[in-house]
Amino acid sequence: MDDSHDYSNEEPTHHVTGLPVYFAVFIALMVLTILTVWVSRVPIGRANTLVALTIAVTKATLVILFFMHVIHSTRLTWIVILASFLWLGVLFVLTFADYLTRSWSLY
Amino acid sequence: MSDAALPEEHPHHPFLQHHFEDMGQQHEASTLGMWMFLATEILFFGGFFCAYAVYRTMYFGAFRAGADHQNWRIGAANTIVLIGSSLTMALAVWAAQTSRRKLTVIMLILTLLLGGVFLGVKMYEYHSHWEEGLFPGTHFTYVDHQHPELTKGIELFMTFYFGLTGLHAMHMIVGVGLLIWMILRAYRGDFGAEYYAPVEVMGLYWHFVDIVWIFLFPLLYLLHY
Amino acid sequence: MTSQTIDDVQFIEPIPKRNYLNVEYGVFSWLLTKDHKRIGILYLISVTLLFFVGGIFAFLLRLELLTPEGDLFTSDTYNKLFTLHGIVMIFFFLIPAIPSALGNFILPIMLGAKDLAFPRINLLSWYLYVIGALFGIYVIVTGGVDTGWTFYTPFSTQYSNTHVFATTLGAFITGFSSILTGLNFIVTTHRMRAPGLTWFRLPLFVWSIYATSIVQLLATPVLAITLALLMFERVLGVGIFDPGLGGDPVLYQHLFWFYSHPAVYIMVLPAMAVVSEVVAAFTRKRIFGYSFVAFSSLAIAFLSFLVWAHHLFVAGISVYSAMVFSFLSMLVAVPSAIKVFNWTATMYKASVSWQTPMLYILGFIGLFTIGGVTGLFLAALGIDVHVTDSYFVVAHFHYIMVGGTVMAYMAGIHYWWPKITGRMYPEWWARLGALLVFVGFNLTFFPQFIVGYVGMPRRYHAYAPEFQVLNVLSTAGATVLAVGYLLPMVYLLWSLGWGRKAGANPWGAVGLEWVTSSPPPKDNFHETPVVTWDAYDYPAFLKAMKETQHV
Repeated sequence: MDDSHDYSNEEPTHHVTGLPVYFAVFIALMVLTILTVWVSRVPIGRANTLVALTIAVTKATLVILFFMHVIHSTRLTWIVILASFLWLGVLFVLTFADYLTRSWSLY
Repeated sequence: MSDAALPEEHPHHPFLQHHFEDMGQQHEASTLGMWMFLATEILFFGGFFCAYAVYRTMYFGAFRAGADHQNWRIGAANTIVLIGSSLTMALAVWAAQTSRRKLTVIMLILTLLLGGVFLGVKMYEYHSHWEEGLFPGTHFTYVDHQHPELTKGIELFMTFYFGLTGLHAMHMIVGVGLLIWMILRAYRGDFGAEYYAPVEVMGLYWHFVDIVWIFLFPLLYLLHY
Repeated sequence: MTSQTIDDVQFIEPIPKRNYLNVEYGVFSWLLTKDHKRIGILYLISVTLLFFVGGIFAFLLRLELLTPEGDLFTSDTYNKLFTLHGIVMIFFFLIPAIPSALGNFILPIMLGAKDLAFPRINLLSWYLYVIGALFGIYVIVTGGVDTGWTFYTPFSTQYSNTHVFATTLGAFITGFSSILTGLNFIVTTHRMRAPGLTWFRLPLFVWSIYATSIVQLLATPVLAITLALLMFERVLGVGIFDPGLGGDPVLYQHLFWFYSHPAVYIMVLPAMAVVSEVVAAFTRKRIFGYSFVAFSSLAIAFLSFLVWAHHLFVAGISVYSAMVFSFLSMLVAVPSAIKVFNWTATMYKASVSWQTPMLYILGFIGLFTIGGVTGLFLAALGIDVHVTDSYFVVAHFHYIMVGGTVMAYMAGIHYWWPKITGRMYPEWWARLGALLVFVGFNLTFFPQFIVGYVGMPRRYHAYAPEFQVLNVLSTAGATVLAVGYLLPMVYLLWSLGWGRKAGANPWGAVGLEWVTSSPPPKDNFHETPVVTWDAYDYPAFLKAMKETQHV
């Protein structure tokens, strides 16, 4: 995390992503959009939600890594992103720790 | 340190603020600042998504019935429009990075147009839901005749639908305002390889709003099973 | 090392004619300033005003509780008084007090920076705070709000006919002020440190404020969305939390406390930041176990997010999750205890000089420990069910927030007063004030532990006659406490005109803020400092000062 002095030497921030990458990512996002619509009409029960979320996470990851240049960003940027999702995970997991175990006490 | 010592060798960039040592530090500070802001946005939307998840678990049947009132074709088309605007936004940043003034302006205008199309389609959807009596609260007149017991849950779904997409649309509107400002600055020729942080930061915000929609689309339109 | 100590060093830097206070004049030079020091002072003035507003409510509450009958106010008025006391003190005083007022002033100087990374956003955050506070004032003037500071649904959304909307909007807006301050601090700490100032040379104040900022950044948005949903529900009559429309009121409590429990650490971590600085300065020692104290701040910032549902033990959450939350709640005690042990170890066998800031800190350590240990009682599921919503809880969190945060805030004000104003406060009066605050505080809140444990519930304007003796003691203590808080107002304002002029380093402490003149110049330093010493490393600091200042 020692980033105090060398900020001007950190090449990553001025990395210019090539155009083909942007177009490839765009096509991938289109394909995944079509896939998520298609798969939602296949009855696989509870797995539908899981698949839909997996596709959404994949799309979000593509946007974050390439459109938002995180793949070439400093470690600190990674930490910020991972931390915010970790905190979001805490919110979900501990909230559902209540909701999903409420019925347990009935038995 | 260098501010006073080396005035001749390092002429200040016109957009360097006095409390930064150099453009690199300023650029790093602004992108980090935007990422921090997006972290708060993740938790802001996250709280809303968490509430959605709780009720979806409780009332899955009603939520599915509610989602049947969404036109998934319109939703999918709008998703494509928004992802398209993300592409043009990314290209605008690229153009600014490589000092292509004209292309920067064109790409920003394209982003603006696609964002406008998205919002227009959204307005159309809102209007048709309103007509159907699906706007929650006192205007909610819809009754599910096949399963009347689901009506309350459908209203809850519609509350989340309007809340989540409305919050998203508000972020889009802020983004449109920022875009207009960026277009003016790009047209004026403020940006180049030395200084493009505002376009990049604007881009980060725009992509984030896109990501929110990437989650909203399957969660609100595609609950068939 | 020579036998010369830091007190023998004369900081010969002449007091410059121009400093941040007299570089510009006029109202607009303050209201439109981008200087973090001036914004810090704007915050200092505004939080002080609201502290006294909240204090008046507290005093009225104690006055009502002098007698068992509800004879001074109706129960409705009493409900409004404790609600407004809570809202004003928490949202408009405790949360911004140390980070936004003192942190704003000191943090960039400690980092050797000219300003925060985003000076305009810093000013914006003060304006957001003021707008939020004006909503609060508007509510107070037009008839108040009676939901309690927690705005629990469905009372707040369906039944209360007071100004819930305006109050929550005010809290919502102030939340963004808090977020932007935290954002600014984190970016500044990462990107604007002076040459040589590595992470492990940072003063512990910076570590703790940094941890606070993380909490502000990641918790406050959840409060924002929760209050937004509440306003949405109240205005449109939709049923997000209303059980009548299929909502779950416990979900509101989950989301609310996801913010509001970490918010306790938004209040306490900055207090701990001040403690580390003051203890190091008045013991003339490096803080024992520097890295433990530093990392315990980050540990608290994280663990504080894992414990929120201990506020919901009687709200109908599942017993299994209650057990998990009970266990997790106890974990937070570990990093807090690490800090207390390390401060105490620093004082051990040191020649402590008992000046006013150190007196307040001594109070902090004792009172925070009592507050923390009673917090463990409350974390334990069984005891919590017994004392929920009793005065025991009230006493516990006042030991943390008043005994902890306000004590440290007072310490910080006195410690940095010479730096902020260039003047010394009168030491004798200040010690008297510290004594009054300590005695008054304990007299006010210790009886509440007892009266709560034997069963007096909170938030009622009348109570059973057998509780009266303890309540009279408490009200008497509140009077002493009020004098203790008013006294500094008088002598600090006096010192602005007649106080002794302070040198650059009146305490002989280590740190960049003591290198620059008092008050500092507009850009904080005449030339960018180079840091060659570890935090609180007296010999190395002395050496560096000798070299650069030709002592």
